[in-house]
Amino acid sequence: MHRLNHSKVDCVIIGAGMSGLAAGIRLSMYDKKVVILEKHSISGGLNSYYSRGKRKFDVGLHALTNTITQDDRGKPFNKLLKQLRIPLGEFKLSPQNYSLIQFPEQTLKFTNQIEVLIEDINRRFPKEIDGFLGLLEYIKKFDEVNLNNETVMAKLVVRNFIKDESLIEMIFCPLLIYGSAWENDMDFSQFVIMFKSIFLEGFSRPEGGVRTIIDLLLKKFSECGGELRFKSEVTRIISDNGKVVGVEINGGEIIECDNILSSMGLPETFGILDQDQKNHPRVGNLSFTESIIITDKKPRDLGIDATIIFYNNRPQYLYQKPQTLFDKESAVVCFPNNFIRDDFDEGIMRVTNIANFDLWNEQLLLSKEGYKDHKDIVYNESLNILKNCGLNSTHEVLFRDIFTPTTIKRYTGHFGGAVYGSIDKSRNGTTKISGLYICGTDQGFLGIVGSMLSGISMANLHILSGSL
Amino acid sequence: MVTNEEVRTKVLDIIADIALDDDVNDLKDEVALREQLDLDSMDFLDIVMELKKRHKIEVPQEDYTRLASMQSCVEYLAPKFNAQA
Repeated sequence: MHRLNHSKVDCVIIGAGMSGLAAGIRLSMYDKKVVILEKHSISGGLNSYYSRGKRKFDVGLHALTNTITQDDRGKPFNKLLKQLRIPLGEFKLSPQNYSLIQFPEQTLKFTNQIEVLIEDINRRFPKEIDGFLGLLEYIKKFDEVNLNNETVMAKLVVRNFIKDESLIEMIFCPLLIYGSAWENDMDFSQFVIMFKSIFLEGFSRPEGGVRTIIDLLLKKFSECGGELRFKSEVTRIISDNGKVVGVEINGGEIIECDNILSSMGLPETFGILDQDQKNHPRVGNLSFTESIIITDKKPRDLGIDATIIFYNNRPQYLYQKPQTLFDKESAVVCFPNNFIRDDFDEGIMRVTNIANFDLWNEQLLLSKEGYKDHKDIVYNESLNILKNCGLNSTHEVLFRDIFTPTTIKRYTGHFGGAVYGSIDKSRNGTTKISGLYICGTDQGFLGIVGSMLSGISMANLHILSGSL
Repeated sequence: MVTNEEVRTKVLDIIADIALDDDVNDLKDEVALREQLDLDSMDFLDIVMELKKRHKIEVPQEDYTRLASMQSCVEYLAPKFNAQA
């Protein structure tokens, strides 16, 4: 039976991830009646957390990008803090030590100060230093968040400045794997967003990890009077004459609304429209496995004090869906102990590999045992990768956990376990349905700071500015 | 009668809440707010929305430029506050 709920809201937000929560704060701050509907029983979406025994784990977030200090002004993270009215100090950010891009022939080092990367490129690719500096100036002047930018492939633009393909591969590696829904290349605006957030602003970790960010957002949202409902899956977007009128949740209850901000992804949103749409957005190809390893010793006592190592064991960097369950030749290796401030009692290492959703899904359907065996293979390869990164193996493993693309799909609802969403983005957030807007990953601002800015900008642009 | 000083305080309270990592105590009234504080167009929109939310004062889009400095804010807003009182 349909239980009708006649309390109408101004805006329904689908998903209590970073973008949905940020949008919710903005709207409730200015007295809009908002309800956030979250399918899962906790918030965070693609950047969330879980506990096993006494240990707490982050999912998604390796490090916060777009790091700023108290003296910075006008950066994306500054904008975010002002819009959400959260002071920087509340995040208790600890910057990275340094990170490495480790390829077979060369390794590049970078920190939150671009000078370190410039110096390293000058040392290892002396012929390319002028080109790199030229690229840097071009990037600094580029308006990457202009919603009207045309789509241009980034490698084409970068080749105007840099000739050495292996340097291009190395520069692209961290930027692709920390945000690109596209294989092997990305839109230039997105490239610039990623370049600034990683190479110019850099990595840090909030004290307490991703929980701290989510808790700050939840607290603010609740102070502003917003309503958040867990275990509330939107099963249908109801429209009339091309205009939003409401949503149906858990296959029954109906909530009427004037606007919907959907952070569930573009193909996923299309999947619950009540009218068939042509030109369905494509499902993204990129998903991941991750091994989380807890050790008795800390990485720095085992020979590694880098914060993040972008590892690639081929001459070329293949950022694409592998033809195997996972790609063991490349990975991102994160050492959460190795920020300036170490928040942990034990050693913790995270090894993330690009993986093939379809093959994992097949395994899971075939047999639980086989699926488990393949997770063990991922784990064993992660130990190899750690060794190749220079970790000596005199430690004892106290705990390990491995997640796969099917785990990601189960918890985030993203088709194909696609971590960075569809390759079709809705940059201005609009859809063919009036009142239905997209925010989050498939609006196209990347990273955690990007996703929150996405929620803020879409709420401002489509809902708040219209009511002034 | 709402004095200019009271209007200034009300505006300053709003700005302090928005630019919360900036020090707003040494603002020069005749210099553009943008030059002294980390404020962009999204933040000016927030000043407008806060004026409406806290004081029921409407600022139409064509008047946004009147909020450029503290001095012009007070000149523009004082009559609006007094029309209410």
